[in-house]
Amino acid sequence: MFANLMAWIEQRLPLMDAMNKHAAQYPAPKNFNFWYVFGILASVVLVNQLLTGVWLTMNYEPSGDGAFASVEYIMRDVDYGWLLRYMHSTGASAFFVVVYMHMFRGMMYGSYQKPRELLWLFGMLIFLVLMAEAFMGYLLPWGNMSYWGAQVIISIFGAIPVIGDDLTLWIRGDYVISGATLNRFFALHVIALPLVLVVLVFLHILALHEVGSNNPDGTNIKKPKGSVPPEEQSKFTFHEQYTKKYDIVDAIPFHPYYTVKDLVAVVIFLIVFCWVMFFAPEGGGYFIEAPNFEPANGLKTPEHIAPVWYFGPFYTILRVIPDKLLGAIGMFGAIIALFMLPWFDRGTVKSLRYRCTAHTVNLIQFAICFIVLGVLGTLPANPLNNLIGAIASFGYFGFFVAIWIYSKNEKTKPVPERVTG
Amino acid sequence: MSNAPVNNGRRRFLTAATSVVGGVGVVGVAVPFIGSWNPSARAKAAGAPVEVNVSKIEPGQLIRAEWRGKPVYVVRRTEEILSSLSAHDGQLKDPQSEVPQQPVYATNAFRSIKPEFLVALGVCTHLGCAPTYRKGDFEQEVAGVKDGFFCPCHGSKFDMAGRVFQSVPAPTNLMVPEHSFPNDSTLLIGVSEGEA
Repeated sequence: MFANLMAWIEQRLPLMDAMNKHAAQYPAPKNFNFWYVFGILASVVLVNQLLTGVWLTMNYEPSGDGAFASVEYIMRDVDYGWLLRYMHSTGASAFFVVVYMHMFRGMMYGSYQKPRELLWLFGMLIFLVLMAEAFMGYLLPWGNMSYWGAQVIISIFGAIPVIGDDLTLWIRGDYVISGATLNRFFALHVIALPLVLVVLVFLHILALHEVGSNNPDGTNIKKPKGSVPPEEQSKFTFHEQYTKKYDIVDAIPFHPYYTVKDLVAVVIFLIVFCWVMFFAPEGGGYFIEAPNFEPANGLKTPEHIAPVWYFGPFYTILRVIPDKLLGAIGMFGAIIALFMLPWFDRGTVKSLRYRCTAHTVNLIQFAICFIVLGVLGTLPANPLNNLIGAIASFGYFGFFVAIWIYSKNEKTKPVPERVTG
Repeated sequence: MSNAPVNNGRRRFLTAATSVVGGVGVVGVAVPFIGSWNPSARAKAAGAPVEVNVSKIEPGQLIRAEWRGKPVYVVRRTEEILSSLSAHDGQLKDPQSEVPQQPVYATNAFRSIKPEFLVALGVCTHLGCAPTYRKGDFEQEVAGVKDGFFCPCHGSKFDMAGRVFQSVPAPTNLMVPEHSFPNDSTLLIGVSEGEA
């Protein structure tokens, strides 16, 4: 009876076939390490954000007069409201932690290189939408830091010559940030951008499964059809989409092997997540900043305006350039440079295991500069901080220049035919 | 279905014409969506001029008025402040106020209609924070200049005419809004002389 029903559905919509293609018979390299769990973790956080977000809208009031009070209401009077809100706010920070790790993984193992450029671009678009989501979401509690943070970020668009002032007026819908701005940010935050985000995640995964997963060795696990003797091929059954063109080596099916491995990572992640959520939901002032416990006040700027930590690196680049337009260009340039990474890197060896020493040094200095920029973004501006910030910005952009130079005629180690571990 | 020969030229023309008409339609439909983001009639009405009584301001005192939701600083400058303004011209980005950050009638050495009263938006031209009035202790920021405005966000500095100092992130002088004095004790912010 059940089998008949399944067969009836399968003939009309090949669900089982899709499941096999993308999970039970998807060939994943067998040597994934710790760095490969962050994609799944990002999906877990996305589901958390969507669910808690929907529940928060049930009690949130998107208006200049009611927003702040309704968040207090959620925190104090709604059963479990505090929990849902902290799940959402902690989730926002967790999202950026796992996404930054996920991106760094891609950089270490060359997962952006040919043929995975489009996959990288979809990932970067996800990152961009995520930043927009986080920025607009941060305005919604209508605290004083929400207000002034939005004021600063929207003013960046005022740096654009000629149309800048009219553009900021159009974005705000008022002469200052007001209820009108809040309402449109709410609409974008809860409807428009989540739809875009989910579609992009879908495309990201489709693009991944089309070209196949990279691995820490950067080897190709899909060999030309007929080139590998049967006893050396993977013993598992993979979907014919993959096997009809290739002989698959060193691979295991994503499900159950990696679903189980990822489950361990999810559990560990949730333990850390819950610890933060229950014991330090404000993240020491980094996840929810102190001035945000005061309602928005357009006549009173907080002493020190700092963005939430995950915008720190880009904010510092904006700030250390002593010119408004150039600062804005520098900030957006920092993101565009990441987009263009597959074309800055002219090398053909993917993993840092087999690339030149300069590449490893370059990656490490990039990671350090990124962290330094992030820390500075949360500190007040003073000459010393600006100097350090300028040096770190130089290192950030220097990464892309350097990789473009040394990757042309790079002295690489031989890449093994098969994975090593 | 007719068996007439295919006229490719006509097909291309029809496809192109349909695309163009469709494109015009998309642009037309986009108008209300983009237009609805402009300030509403209510927001515009709330942006009407505001009146400030300036007769009670002490010399050296700053008062804040609110116009279009933004703070407007009104300072009654003393003779001492006014006479010291030109002394630090060399340290400023735009000492002659060449960038149109003020109405024509305030494009002068004091950036004001009446030298005594500075009327400027308390909105830093860098990223919109409210600069702090540092009366008497501005020398910590700029040596030799006693009074000025200091933005706590990113360290931009302005003198007592709202002019920006060099080597700070703010690109231009503080904005002087349109304003007028209908009589000696009244300041009207948001409207120029003879317009109201």
